[in-house]
Amino acid sequence: MKRLSLLLSSAFAAAFVATNALATETINGPVEKQPINITAIIMFFVFVAGTLALTYWAARRTRSTSDFYTAGGGITGFQNGVAIAGDYMSAASFLGISGMVFGTGLDGLFYAAGFTIGWPLILFMIAERLRNLGRFTFSDITSYRLEQTRIRSLSAFGALSVVLFYLVAQMVGAGKLIQLLFGLDYAYAVLLVGVLMMLYVTFGGMLATTWVQITKAILLLAGCTVMVLLSLYHFGFDPGALIQSAVDHHPRGVEMLKPSKALSDPLNAISLGLALMCGAAGLPHILMRFFTVPDAVAARKSVFYATGFIAYFYILTITIGLAAVTIIGMDPSYFDAAGKLLGGGNMAAVHLAKAVGGNAFLGFISAVAFATILAVVSGLALAGASAVSHDLYANVIMKGKATGAQEMRVSRIATFAIGIIGIILGLAFENQNIAFMVGLAFGVAASVNFPVLFLSIFWKNLTTRGAFIGGFLGLVSAITFVVLGPTVWVALLHHEKPIFPYEQYALFSMTIAFVSIWFFSITDKSARAAQDKAGYAEQFIRSETGLGAAAASDH
Amino acid sequence: MQPAYAKIAADPRFTELVAKRNRFAILLSVIVLIGFTAFMYLGVGAPDVFAAHVGSETAWTWGLVAGVAILAFAFIMTGIYTVRANGEFDKLTKTIVQEATK
Repeated sequence: MKRLSLLLSSAFAAAFVATNALATETINGPVEKQPINITAIIMFFVFVAGTLALTYWAARRTRSTSDFYTAGGGITGFQNGVAIAGDYMSAASFLGISGMVFGTGLDGLFYAAGFTIGWPLILFMIAERLRNLGRFTFSDITSYRLEQTRIRSLSAFGALSVVLFYLVAQMVGAGKLIQLLFGLDYAYAVLLVGVLMMLYVTFGGMLATTWVQITKAILLLAGCTVMVLLSLYHFGFDPGALIQSAVDHHPRGVEMLKPSKALSDPLNAISLGLALMCGAAGLPHILMRFFTVPDAVAARKSVFYATGFIAYFYILTITIGLAAVTIIGMDPSYFDAAGKLLGGGNMAAVHLAKAVGGNAFLGFISAVAFATILAVVSGLALAGASAVSHDLYANVIMKGKATGAQEMRVSRIATFAIGIIGIILGLAFENQNIAFMVGLAFGVAASVNFPVLFLSIFWKNLTTRGAFIGGFLGLVSAITFVVLGPTVWVALLHHEKPIFPYEQYALFSMTIAFVSIWFFSITDKSARAAQDKAGYAEQFIRSETGLGAAAASDH
Repeated sequence: MQPAYAKIAADPRFTELVAKRNRFAILLSVIVLIGFTAFMYLGVGAPDVFAAHVGSETAWTWGLVAGVAILAFAFIMTGIYTVRANGEFDKLTKTIVQEATK
């Protein structure tokens, strides 16, 4: 009986991580409120006090727009590498992947490899070019030689959609997670996350956002390292013994060493891989990190360090999942009467913290998991605020004539507005299944932001018309495929069969975007098109050499 | 086009830099993609090999070894590119830009 329900919960865990392309902080369905965990709350408030002090320090150094958007371009390659890794090491990468290994087996390894392998490609293809061409937002690059009004509006809209979808998923996930870990009310949790996010970003700008992310990344890596060491102690520090014991005690037995059926459809797998790789290169809060370093040298170093930390993090996470199979799986006190893991399939790592380190360590890991959400939403809010103030206000509405002070004011108002919207939607969606929103965020990033950005850097014959129509079609198709696909049409609207059969749709929406950008560019014979193409030569030299980029960061 | 940009555009060393760097970046990308595809193929195409033990005395399987290897491989590849781009390529870039903006 216990085996059967374990299998069921592992199927749930697999489905959960699969729908949430980049393992979100989302915990779906109703959760049980836990007894209040005092240690966890104290540790969390220590973190909050520390980050607020940090924000105060950062606020005194945040004066110009360049300080606000990019920390004045003064973040080092190493610091930025840690921050990028932090943006990637989300609470649910941590909880989701370890839970997947615990429940299903080595499927988690394929996700880990997929998340990591995009980074070398981002480095080889776009990292230094982003730094050389961009200033505050990725729309600076897409509209470098194309018409400002249309292309900035499109890119800002793409950025804001990604931010909003992702933010709602994070808010709901935060509320659920806090109910589970701290025993606090959902509404308090959402309010707390929203208010802290507004404080960090409004006062401390990019400098505070980056350091909050760095602090959290270090805490998370340190916490995971300690958890792995404490777990290895149970196996006489022999990883082989840990693996053997996991196989012996796993509900799937030796089958856990193989990929499960969920991964066997090649079209779904390719499509998921594309969404992960190209989506990451279209997420505005990740892209803006490349503008915080002084030059291309530091941009490359950032990716190098980030890849190292991300790879290390996944090795830890998978080990945690394997250790939990024995240590948690064999202890009936972590299961309810029906044989279900307390708190759901994603709680394996949290239970393991308690099992190997006691209540204090459980408190620490819970606080770190919450801090993780806080750091990610702050980055999102800043990316959204930049899209409003720098792209829409300063460049589209004011046509570049806004003063720095005006732009800063708008960015702060925008941050505040995004915080309020996040809180309201977070409260409104409490009992909804919002897993599809993360899929949507990645889909829009991969099908709108990425194609326009990629082709504006590499393709001379891209025109304003092509980018605008193609980007728009990418947006429409991504949203349509999500709504008509298994995640919304079947899971949310309870229809029997999806109209669009694939859960992973990026392959299709990206093809539509790329093909239509190409088609509407090559058939564009307007005067604007000639101007767009003529601008490429200069952009190309700046993109390859960085000439002209240094001046921009000294603003 | 501003004069400095025009000078760089006409500089044969710039063309050479771009060609060399692109060749290197594409070569490394292909290696990374082959490595990743091989890993996925091992898991999905040959699950029995994936789950087989590396030796009779150890619990480590080919899949686990390959998994750790692919993560380390991603890190090493970024290192290789960063070293060459920050050294050789950037030295050449600096020379070209300095001469053009003199």
